[in-house]
Amino acid sequence: MDELKVPDMNLSDVKAEQEAIQYIVIKLGNEQYGIDIKYVDNIVRMQHITRVPKVADYLKGVINLRGEVIPVMSLRIKMDLPADEMTKATRIIILKLEQHGTIGVIVDEVKEVVTLSPGEIEKVSYDGTDEKVNFILGVGKHAGELISLLDLNAVAMENK
Amino acid sequence: MDVNQYLEIFLDETKEHLESLNTQILSLEQEPENVDTINEIFRAAHSLKGMAGTMGYKRMQTLTHDMENVFSEIRNGTMKVNSNLIDTLFQCLDALEEYTGNIQETADEGTNDNQQLINMLNAFLKADGKADTPAQESAEKAKTEDENGPEEKWADIKIGESERLVLATAKSQGKNVYGLTVYVQESCLLKAARAFLVYKAIEEKGEIIVSNPPAQDIEDEKFDLDFSLIIVSECPMDEILQATRNVSEIEKVVGAVYEVEEVTEEKAPEEQEEEAKPAAPAQTQSTPAKANEKKSPGKPVVNRTVRVDIEKLDVLMNLVSELIIAKNSLVSASSTEGVSGTGFNEQIEYLESVTTNLHESVMKVRMVPIESVVNKFPRMIRDLTKKLNKKMELYMSGEETELDRTVVDEIGDPLMHLLRNAADHGLESTELRIKRGKPEVGSIFLDAYQDGNNVVIEVRDDGNGIDVEAVKNKAIERGVITPEQGDNMSEKDIINLLFHAGFSTAKKISDVSGRGVGLDVVKSKIESLSGEVEVKSKLGEGSTWIVRLPLTLAIIQALMVTVGGEKYAISLGGIQTLEDISPSEVKLVQNREVINLRGSVIPLIRLSKELDIESSKSPDENLIVVIVKKGEKLAGLVIDELMGQQEIVIKSLGKYISKCKIISGATILGDGEVALILDANALI
Repeated sequence: MDELKVPDMNLSDVKAEQEAIQYIVIKLGNEQYGIDIKYVDNIVRMQHITRVPKVADYLKGVINLRGEVIPVMSLRIKMDLPADEMTKATRIIILKLEQHGTIGVIVDEVKEVVTLSPGEIEKVSYDGTDEKVNFILGVGKHAGELISLLDLNAVAMENK
Repeated sequence: MDVNQYLEIFLDETKEHLESLNTQILSLEQEPENVDTINEIFRAAHSLKGMAGTMGYKRMQTLTHDMENVFSEIRNGTMKVNSNLIDTLFQCLDALEEYTGNIQETADEGTNDNQQLINMLNAFLKADGKADTPAQESAEKAKTEDENGPEEKWADIKIGESERLVLATAKSQGKNVYGLTVYVQESCLLKAARAFLVYKAIEEKGEIIVSNPPAQDIEDEKFDLDFSLIIVSECPMDEILQATRNVSEIEKVVGAVYEVEEVTEEKAPEEQEEEAKPAAPAQTQSTPAKANEKKSPGKPVVNRTVRVDIEKLDVLMNLVSELIIAKNSLVSASSTEGVSGTGFNEQIEYLESVTTNLHESVMKVRMVPIESVVNKFPRMIRDLTKKLNKKMELYMSGEETELDRTVVDEIGDPLMHLLRNAADHGLESTELRIKRGKPEVGSIFLDAYQDGNNVVIEVRDDGNGIDVEAVKNKAIERGVITPEQGDNMSEKDIINLLFHAGFSTAKKISDVSGRGVGLDVVKSKIESLSGEVEVKSKLGEGSTWIVRLPLTLAIIQALMVTVGGEKYAISLGGIQTLEDISPSEVKLVQNREVINLRGSVIPLIRLSKELDIESSKSPDENLIVVIVKKGEKLAGLVIDELMGQQEIVIKSLGKYISKCKIISGATILGDGEVALILDANALI
């Protein structure tokens, strides 16, 4: 696939060209997603989430993380998947993003940490129609499985 | 010398001095003979000059130098204060403020020489300042330090501890200590060379202990037409004077025996008028303060501030908040687990008193009097008097009222705007006032006072008040409302249109020249500080703008309630009463639920509906209603259950969830859960 086809190369893309990046692999339904480890501040167990009225449906509310109030969003709802089912494996990944500050995202399960070199990542073609694809920076191949790499800034962006 | 590290101090001090100058010059106009005021002005101007010089801001230094000359004449009584002079001085202050602004932004003072101002100052000097020559002559003979005639500059040299020691030792060894001021002829081309010859001549006779400006500066020709020395010599005074006068192109030399004081208390008089160009900025910081303290005990003209990094304070605040959270956990543990024993409860009480005290003291550090903001207003009104050609007087009260530092920093512009508004649009022209039988001089009042958890600042004028019809017509004209809407609006609603963004044409707060008044900007600014603004007006009698600001922003007393099983906090500040209302008392007026409570009709707000949640109570149960007040409006918030009163720490929800208007923040409860804080003001 030709690199030129990928619009809006952002900084993390450029970096990926140069060095291997570590990703945290999470499960959402049947799919595996990778989150760049540099954004991950913390992973906490599911806890009581205080609902905030009159906000977008994917924003589940706020939690207390060591004295700080952190908003939590549902990755499933954001990506138009069926609503979360809370299990023992459910985790909240606390992300620190430059633009949006600290945000927690609910995931079904945290599997492992993998290191992907640029050669193992394939860019996805962009057709702009599928909302889900907009959140994906590329697809990594690891141990025979595919990992969709999340564009966290796009994920955190408010829905129009 | 690398001065950048001192830049911040320099800016702070400069602003302080400028503010002081503003206030003092204003009071000088009122009482031109007040010696204290003049001295204060002189000192502030002098410190400014010294500081600007040390930092290498030449233009600023030149301007202050000339201002200082004028002040010096006033102090000597050879120049009379008049309105023209005051105007010029204020212009100079503006220019200095501009320099300061430039320095703050670019660390450079800019290129404006303000030559015109300097010329004006010098014109004043030439017109009035001739008479000082006799004073100089007498000063030459008088050897006292506080005489301080313009020529005896050596008397003003500031000497450090080490020099003092040297001088004292020399004196005890029977040597003479002299002070000298050498004046170089104005036409002299090689000042440094002449100075060098003077140096050399003196060094043949004795030893130079102190030099002002420092020897290095003299060598670099960094001095005006004079320099001062303190020397130790065995020769008589005349011999030294003669030796120096022998150097050509020297205008004159004045000198006398320099009195060395060994007792520290006696340093006071010379420190007051400390004339030396301080070698290190450290000195500039400390000396003006000292001088002030000594000169006017019990009358702090310059507000000494403790500079604390806000960031550090925020860390402190965080610690306090954690402490309170810890306390809340203890409380919750004791009530749920039923721990018995008085020791445990004592612990809680102790912890409670500690946290309360800590809270108070930390808050106090953040609190500053609004004085620093409102002090510039009399000057502004004075300027406006001239500009608008209206006679007016500003009366202020409650300048000592304290507010959170961040609020004080931000409140200046909105207040200034309201004042300008009152002066420009509020007050009638002088002729109209006379015709209406009002006092010729219009009055503007600025009153600040504390009211519960709020600080209220009122800007009041006795002018024309707001013409509701005119506002309505203008609003219709601008398309803010339709004529039909206009007919149905109450007077108060129409007045509130003034705050509507579409009503005003001004874009920025600073832009006051336009016809529009930019009140929407005022309003949004105050609201961003979690405050509110309202206006009362009576046509023909004047209007009152009331700005209400929260005293503190971080920790509040709150009432904890539940709605539909969720916990919410409501700030105790706005709560009037709690009522138990039977469903039959709820009436419908214009399709809205209201209750009649002790004669007043209060609209009900069902929180369950506002918060999109099912109430846990059945409709036929009695309603628990929290009566809250916003300004003069009352409303009843219907809740499910009361949990009690608690001190809570306000945490921001962050930018990410800022959409929800009725939630003003969150707090963390004793069990670690997050409860949202309801903004009663937004609900009403």
